[in-house]
Amino acid sequence: MTDAAAKPVVQDGLAFERPLIDLQTKIAELQKLSAGSHLELSGEIELLEERLRRQTAEVYAQLSPWERVNVARHADRPMTSDYIQLMLDDFVELHGDRVFGDDRAIVTGLASMGPHRFLLVGHRKGKTVKDRLACNFGCAHPEGYRKALQKMRLAEKMRLPIVSFINTPGAYPGIGAEERGQAGAIARNILDMFEIKVPIVALVIGEGGSGGALGIGVGDRVGMLENSYYSVISPEGCAAILWKSGDKAPEAADALKLTSKDLQRLGLVDKVIEEPLGGAHRDPKGAVERVKLQLGAWLEELTKLSVEELLAQRYRKFRGMGTPLGSPLPGA
Amino acid sequence: MAWTRFGKKKDMPGGLWIKCESCGAMLFRKEFEQKKRVCGTCGYHFTLPARERIEMTADAGSFEELWPDLVAQDVLGFNDRVPYGEKLTQTKAKTGEADAIVVGTAAVKGVPCALGVMNFQFLGGSMGMVVGEKIALLCELAAKRRLPVVLFACSGGARMHEGAVSLMQMAKTCGALQQLNRAGCVSISVMTHPTTGGVTASFASVCDLLLAEPGALIGFAGPRVIATTIKKELPKGFQRSEFLLEKGQIDRIVGRSAMRDELGRLLAYATGRDAVAAFKPLPVAADDEAAVAAAAAAAAAAAATAEKPRKKGKVKS
Repeated sequence: MTDAAAKPVVQDGLAFERPLIDLQTKIAELQKLSAGSHLELSGEIELLEERLRRQTAEVYAQLSPWERVNVARHADRPMTSDYIQLMLDDFVELHGDRVFGDDRAIVTGLASMGPHRFLLVGHRKGKTVKDRLACNFGCAHPEGYRKALQKMRLAEKMRLPIVSFINTPGAYPGIGAEERGQAGAIARNILDMFEIKVPIVALVIGEGGSGGALGIGVGDRVGMLENSYYSVISPEGCAAILWKSGDKAPEAADALKLTSKDLQRLGLVDKVIEEPLGGAHRDPKGAVERVKLQLGAWLEELTKLSVEELLAQRYRKFRGMGTPLGSPLPGA
Repeated sequence: MAWTRFGKKKDMPGGLWIKCESCGAMLFRKEFEQKKRVCGTCGYHFTLPARERIEMTADAGSFEELWPDLVAQDVLGFNDRVPYGEKLTQTKAKTGEADAIVVGTAAVKGVPCALGVMNFQFLGGSMGMVVGEKIALLCELAAKRRLPVVLFACSGGARMHEGAVSLMQMAKTCGALQQLNRAGCVSISVMTHPTTGGVTASFASVCDLLLAEPGALIGFAGPRVIATTIKKELPKGFQRSEFLLEKGQIDRIVGRSAMRDELGRLLAYATGRDAVAAFKPLPVAADDEAAVAAAAAAAAAAAATAEKPRKKGKVKS
């Protein structure tokens, strides 16, 4: 307990939630009180609810990048498993990379959502402690990336589009991962995703951690949820290298320009999907509904393109990201 | 502090001597440079500046640099004590290079190719928009001219100062390699010490042929990150070229002194030329461009009629 007290305030990235949670508790208490007695409290409750809405909007409008990173990591935030449960009408999970094993940190399967059928690929973080450990907290091994690619090839054969949900702190850094070619597996996915002849839609739903995210992230459309982040390195890692101190993570988060709005401004993502008031963790169903709408629109749009158009567009899209001064970029 | 000064002194005398980063042996600078910056005691391959690499790889006078003037934009307004734009200017002044890669067309033992060499001296060889763009342009040019591509990797990974833009260079370079694949051209990646992070996790690992210099650190995550994550000591030789070869991740380990010959040999196979003729070492006369060019031409021409059994080729394999 002394540990928690000794921690600098700035490290607690969710401190801004405290007044909101206090208000929520107060409202709940009043509701309980009014239900258990003849006291007429609806006026007070309404007032407080209005105040909560206003305050939530205010707080969330001015979150710092570091605070957004912490929202993206929030335990109650809808994860791939929630989207599978709340968004899909059917899901057939397909396991294994056919070579080494079945990495729990990436889930793949055939999915139906209204009129759409597709292959779903997504990072899995797990909900319970046991699950989280089994999923390595969403950090995939090479076999996870190879499983994803093997299933994407299957989707190509079945002419099903691919929907990818990105939510990882990064690919797993470990001995086994390196032995089995972590870098090569990610690189192979990125390379081959430029050749897969079906539409690919990628969506960052929480953490977009570096190469581990991009390993399933080459899409014809790339979107981000409002409070997700997408970065070349974690703020902690960047702070440790450039500021020589992990405590400078908030500064690093600021400098890296990793929020959804930043990525959109830099032309690296096509769309930011607004989250319900106060973040997706306050209203998972609302968030899932918005994602569902956007995915449907994208899939409809992309299935109209010919394979040649699709692949040419896909290359052009990533080819145009970060053009230095003086480049003779062809076709630009 | 007396002992540190002594230690320094041992390093210093007029820059005549240099200390091996790996075994600590004192190396006579002239001899060390003659050995292409390889330690005479332990065989450790020091990191090479890009221009030196090009000089010892390409046929004399054959390298034509392309797009030397591309300049990174500070799209993030990144500032870690020094603003990124300023850091670029400073590094440029210090190294004489515009960014962390030099690319162009060249011939290696008479085989025309597209050549890209990363420069570790420039911000740790980190890949940002300039590195990504130059590799993409090079691959597109090679696809158009039907040239094989040789890329020497030497990098700490993606350049943090360009944030997610640098991350996307992984996609850009792989996409460009895919265009090269479509054109049916062969790519060769040579991973040198060190090759880590976003460079290993993109173009450096998905060329058709993967070579590595001996003892090079090659991996996705840095060893320090792994050690702190798993809270264990890492096995000896972990993430070194020999480890990667054993685990089936690369095709061959090639020492620096044999690199040019090996590349010539592989490029010959890749472009339908006579590999035996290409592999025959040329008379070394680096200062005599005409002689080397003539010898290269002769080697290429004499291809079909070459009868002499190759000696070096048998020792290798």
